[in-house]
Amino acid sequence: MTDTPDYRLSRNAFGRLELHTADGERHADVVPVRAFPITAPEQGIALVDPHGRELAWIDTLTELPDELRRLLETELAQREFMPEIRRIVSVSSFATPSTWQIETDRGTSHLVLKGEEDIRRLAAPALLIADSHGIHFLIRDRQALDPQSRRFLDRFL
Amino acid sequence: MPRAAAAGGSSPPALPAEWAVRLQSPNGPLADDEKVLAWLEIDLDAKLRFAPGMVVVSSERLLAMSADDRQWQSWPYRAGLTLTRRDHAGVGTLELCDVDSLLGAWRYTLGGDVAAGRLVDHFSRQLGFRLNGEVAPASPLALCPNCETPLLAGQEECPVCSKEIHEPPSTWTLLRLGRFARPYRGQLLAGFVLSLLTTAATLVAPYLTMPLMDNVLIPYQNGKPIEPALVALYLSGLLGSSLVAWLLGWGRTYILALVSERIGADLRTTTYEHLLKLSQEYFGGKRTGDLMARIGSETDRINIFISLHLLDFATDVLMIAMTTAILVSIDPWLAAVTLLPLPIIAWLIHVVREKLRTGFERVDRVWAEVTNVLADTIPGIRVVKAFAQEQREAARFRAANTHNLEVNDRVNKVWSLFSPTVTLLTELGLLIVWAFGIWQIAKDQITVGVLTAFLAYISRFYLRLDSMSRIVSVTQKAAAGAKRIFDILDHVSSVPEPTHPVHLPRVSGRIELRSVGFRYGTRSVTRDISLLIEPGEMVGLVGHSGSGKSTLVNLISRFYDVTEGAILIDGVDIRSLPVAEYRKHIGLVLQEPFLFFGTIAENIAYGKPAATRAEIIAAARAAHAHEFILRLPHGYDSLVGERGQALSGGERQRISIARALLIDPPILILDEATSSVDTTTEKEIQKALDNLVRGRTTIAIAHRLSTLRDANRLVVLDRGSVVEVGSHDELMAREGHYYRLYEAQARNVDTEDESQTLKLDARDEGDRE
Repeated sequence: MTDTPDYRLSRNAFGRLELHTADGERHADVVPVRAFPITAPEQGIALVDPHGRELAWIDTLTELPDELRRLLETELAQREFMPEIRRIVSVSSFATPSTWQIETDRGTSHLVLKGEEDIRRLAAPALLIADSHGIHFLIRDRQALDPQSRRFLDRFL
Repeated sequence: MPRAAAAGGSSPPALPAEWAVRLQSPNGPLADDEKVLAWLEIDLDAKLRFAPGMVVVSSERLLAMSADDRQWQSWPYRAGLTLTRRDHAGVGTLELCDVDSLLGAWRYTLGGDVAAGRLVDHFSRQLGFRLNGEVAPASPLALCPNCETPLLAGQEECPVCSKEIHEPPSTWTLLRLGRFARPYRGQLLAGFVLSLLTTAATLVAPYLTMPLMDNVLIPYQNGKPIEPALVALYLSGLLGSSLVAWLLGWGRTYILALVSERIGADLRTTTYEHLLKLSQEYFGGKRTGDLMARIGSETDRINIFISLHLLDFATDVLMIAMTTAILVSIDPWLAAVTLLPLPIIAWLIHVVREKLRTGFERVDRVWAEVTNVLADTIPGIRVVKAFAQEQREAARFRAANTHNLEVNDRVNKVWSLFSPTVTLLTELGLLIVWAFGIWQIAKDQITVGVLTAFLAYISRFYLRLDSMSRIVSVTQKAAAGAKRIFDILDHVSSVPEPTHPVHLPRVSGRIELRSVGFRYGTRSVTRDISLLIEPGEMVGLVGHSGSGKSTLVNLISRFYDVTEGAILIDGVDIRSLPVAEYRKHIGLVLQEPFLFFGTIAENIAYGKPAATRAEIIAAARAAHAHEFILRLPHGYDSLVGERGQALSGGERQRISIARALLIDPPILILDEATSSVDTTTEKEIQKALDNLVRGRTTIAIAHRLSTLRDANRLVVLDRGSVVEVGSHDELMAREGHYYRLYEAQARNVDTEDESQTLKLDARDEGDRE
């Protein structure tokens, strides 16, 4: 089922999204927000205005018309930043604060872990690691990491 | 992370080498007379993948190269250009726009935010210079080169940067306990000497078995009669040595137990004192159960480690050293054979050490998890019961407990193998000594007495080795405990004490907020708030929940430090005042008044323990608390707080108002002081507050706008920024944010009042906890 929404979405010259409702209203600077960014990223997406008011609700991203979906996906890709850790290359120490060299789905980087409590346990087996700048790194399944990374990680859990 | 660029007005720092080459080489984009004013090394591309790039503001234009670009992109200065930055979820975005479209956007992780701010600043100033020929003045304040925090007079190190320590603490954590042992050097030395003597005394007994065997028993078997005098001499030697060992051992244990108990107590107190100095931010991120476990049981574990295990270990080492010396002096060959298993055992200890340490660290963390479940559930027991979730909470606890078991099982697997192996080696060692000894006796190299003495020595010797092997685990446990304690001690308060404090004995109450911004993690909570509050003025903070009212109050109280801008009191940055001294000028009345266990009088005098009874009563009178206090069975001596006299929310609030009144602060902060009570009680509290507010600079947050009618000015906040400022009437006339808020509430008030009168009777009972 592809449901056609009663609004239109477009990108303006400033690169922001604009929403045109059926009754001719225009909202600039519309932002898509995922309701469950980790557990169900494809489901439940709200389009909100700059004041945080909800303008439209999308149940499932995949059921949208292609053009609209692509527009939203590009916008989400530019907004969302939660690198997924694929491998922990090395850690500077097992005591915090500790600097980790990591490989993520967005390339290699490093993070500074301020304390063990910055590793949050999500619904098992996922973990969320906040670095010293507040960037959240996701480990979707810690059992699926390679043994070396798991050994590093285990020392902090 | 992006690297940072230059300080405010001064010349920019050198570009990173690789970029300097690409910019300044002959075929690079930079002209000869073009100067780099500021730069930002970006670390993300348009799809938010980690990739290096560079944005440069030069004297002529904006230059940029991101990972997506093949060559430098350039935008010369022209009218209508704007460069802005914003951030979302840890990613900062720089956007270059002209009047009708977006020209370019660059993304970076927030580590580069300061450099980005500086870039924007330089860009707009240079643009202004190009267009109008005038240069906007640089900020007059000295700024920290790394984070742009205004530096105060006399401050060389930036208070924000210096608190960011990314160095891990040393792994030799236990040695750091030496700092706590230093005051007890004398006693420790005495204890050591006593240990030495005790060990020596205990070694006399096995030595005496040698002549006893060779001079008494064996000659008797060969037909010689026993000489009673000789036997008596040897036996009294045995008795004497054990008596001396007993006496010395007693003294040693007593002294060292005394010292270790004191070291433990010092450690606890120091940790707690340090903990109290840490900022609100730290407590927000920690769980009570975990902190309590660290200060309580970890210090105790270290204490036991010092008094028992370390002591035993030291004795054992002494014993081994002395025994070795004695054995070698009796017979070097037999001694060599006896000591053969020692290196093997030492190696075994070393191998297991690593495994056990990580294991025990994990056991500790899991244990904290178990207590955390308790600390989460027990205070929320009413919710648990109301939603009938006992089963689930029990399951949660069971899960934590099972996890605890699993981790312990894993550690025990290694640990359980350890002790029997040591015992086996001991037995094997004895076997070797027997065999070699018999062979030597057969060759007449040693006497039976020597072998007996050896066996007596080494059975003790190996016994000690076994207990010594235990030091591995306890040392690791204690080291893990020490690490967790030093984690607290090493944590630098994010509200640091100034290095060169300014003292303000008297404060008029003039508060100035200069483009204050605060960021919690990646979320920017307030931004660019500027406000001037005159002495004696009452300012009401208004806005939806989450608009940053409480944050602003926390910043003014310095529970947190601003991340941008500055807060000044009487023209002095509050970061340059000693924290405790500054807070003495502030009276705080919170939504949920907290009463400590103690009498009402003590609670009122909490901020000024030396207050006289007359002062306390005056404060209570002004807070309209005097009369209800007198109605209590013990008056001002009634016990309140946890386990104390039941007081209603309104009564507790009035006590907390009296508490604020007593310290007579020039600045008063009311954070939703009347929100948690019904309207009738609110009126009583309001009367008490009127007394409190008089003549003081007051900042009040109230959900009910009606309670802020007396305010000189209302500041309307929306999503972290000030949107409107003015009196009630002005703001109503303007029909903006405040008007809408007020209207929305006025519509609800009628219904709310009705329901409240209905509930009143029930509340009288229900509010008493």
